[in-house]
Amino acid sequence: MSTKLEYSDKVVDHFTNPRNVGEIKNASGVGTVGNAKCGDIMRVYIDIDENDFIRDVKFKTFGCGAAIATSSMATELVKGKHINEALALTNKSVMEALDGLPQVKVHCSLLAEEAIHAALWDYAQKKGITIEGLKKPKSDIHEDDHDHGHDEEEDD
Amino acid sequence: MQKTIYLDNAATTAVRPEVLDAMMPFFTEWYGNPSSVHEFGALCNVACDKAREQVAKVINADPKDIYFTSGGTESDNWALKSAALAKKEKGKHIITTKIEHHAVMETCEFLERQGYEVTYLDVDDQGLVDPGALEKAIRPDTIIISVMYANNEIGTVQPIREIGRIARSHGILFHTDAVQAFGHIPIDVNEDNIDLMSASGHKIHGPKGVGFLYMKKGVKLPPFMNGGHHERGRRAGTLNVPGIVGMGKAAEIASGEMSKNAKHLSGLRDRLISGLSEAIPYTKLNGHPTKRLPGNVNMSFRFVEGESLLMLVDEKGVSASTGSACASGSLDPSHVLLAIGLPHEIAHGSLRFSLSEENTEEEMDYTVKVVKEVVERLRSMSPLYEDMLNGVA
Repeated sequence: MSTKLEYSDKVVDHFTNPRNVGEIKNASGVGTVGNAKCGDIMRVYIDIDENDFIRDVKFKTFGCGAAIATSSMATELVKGKHINEALALTNKSVMEALDGLPQVKVHCSLLAEEAIHAALWDYAQKKGITIEGLKKPKSDIHEDDHDHGHDEEEDD
Repeated sequence: MQKTIYLDNAATTAVRPEVLDAMMPFFTEWYGNPSSVHEFGALCNVACDKAREQVAKVINADPKDIYFTSGGTESDNWALKSAALAKKEKGKHIITTKIEHHAVMETCEFLERQGYEVTYLDVDDQGLVDPGALEKAIRPDTIIISVMYANNEIGTVQPIREIGRIARSHGILFHTDAVQAFGHIPIDVNEDNIDLMSASGHKIHGPKGVGFLYMKKGVKLPPFMNGGHHERGRRAGTLNVPGIVGMGKAAEIASGEMSKNAKHLSGLRDRLISGLSEAIPYTKLNGHPTKRLPGNVNMSFRFVEGESLLMLVDEKGVSASTGSACASGSLDPSHVLLAIGLPHEIAHGSLRFSLSEENTEEEMDYTVKVVKEVVERLRSMSPLYEDMLNGVA
């Protein structure tokens, strides 16, 4: 259970005023991760310029306050970045930028990282290129094996 | 200033001023232990017996059959665990439902781990137990049947009288968790054939931390709390005198105002249900349209998730609750919503509004306006809604 009081001010801000909400028509890449059964789905649209910089990024998310806030922050963090930099985005950096998440919501940040990777994967597929270090996204909307990772947080 | 509208009375209620007034002297003036012989004690004993009568009257029970506890959860634990223990020579089979409160469900799961067998009855899509299916589930080794009076999430009121009649005709103990029903709808333990009934004080504008178990004369379950000879040797522990006095007063008031409140509440309830259904497309009422608690509204709003919905309506001053997994800390949404057949994604998008007699029509209309705004906003950022509009899903 996460009550509002367990969320940092930044999470509440990004949840109540999410950045980059929307769609991009003819996006360079679109990635959808999570599933409705577990209660969160994130879809990220990226528009990438000829130099492989992320010109624009938008998202749509079905999920809790933390899911919306992590989508908002993750898109903020990759906007204007080169795809290699975007690929380096981790759930940890999303969490740090949000001043932390309640333990049971850590999976939302993993989902945000995965959503960015899924959009980059889609871009690479469409363009027929390989982005070094990018693996096929683990989970997508059509799979039912999505793991919330409640017990998988790192101890540090 | 933004107004706050409290619509979570199934979680807990405000203590009424008259109830608090009745309790206060028992903290500082009449602080005796009811078990003591001196006047301090005797006064408190008299006060507790008055509360026993007040509570008993609401359910047409003999006051001697009321045993005070720390609340609904203790009463449920006591009834089920002690019945299981007392009847284990007869058998180890228990019948309950898939929509019980955790206090019953988890107790049954505990008993399963102790070697008991539990049948969890299905309910229909409105949350009703089928008495015919219940009767079919009875076996020679069935020792107790436990079916809640009214559901805490979706408000469905069960055919308790008929279920009680079936249990009695088979000579099986019948327990009902009446935490949500007590003081809200008429209960008659004799007419309803109830052997054991759990209730609590804080759902009826009484204090938290106090409740009772009704145990019909002759049922004689062993104590759950061992210790002193309180409560005629059935429930040890110094009586929570202020709490008991408060619950008694709250029960008396609730009973006196029951029909008036039920009329007011069901009017507000139906106004909120039709308001939300008309204002917001892809909305579904959960639970039975008429066999439901007067103050319960439970709706699913498709394509959005309950926790974010709850937090955004809270921002606008409406306090409700949700059956979404994200609000429960588990992966699955409410077991009750799944039991009535809702798919996971729709169960995740549910809100419960539970009303009190203090609420007004204006508050219902404001709630409709706020929920509509928030649902529209969340749908505008929902990939599920986008897929539906694009005909993908």
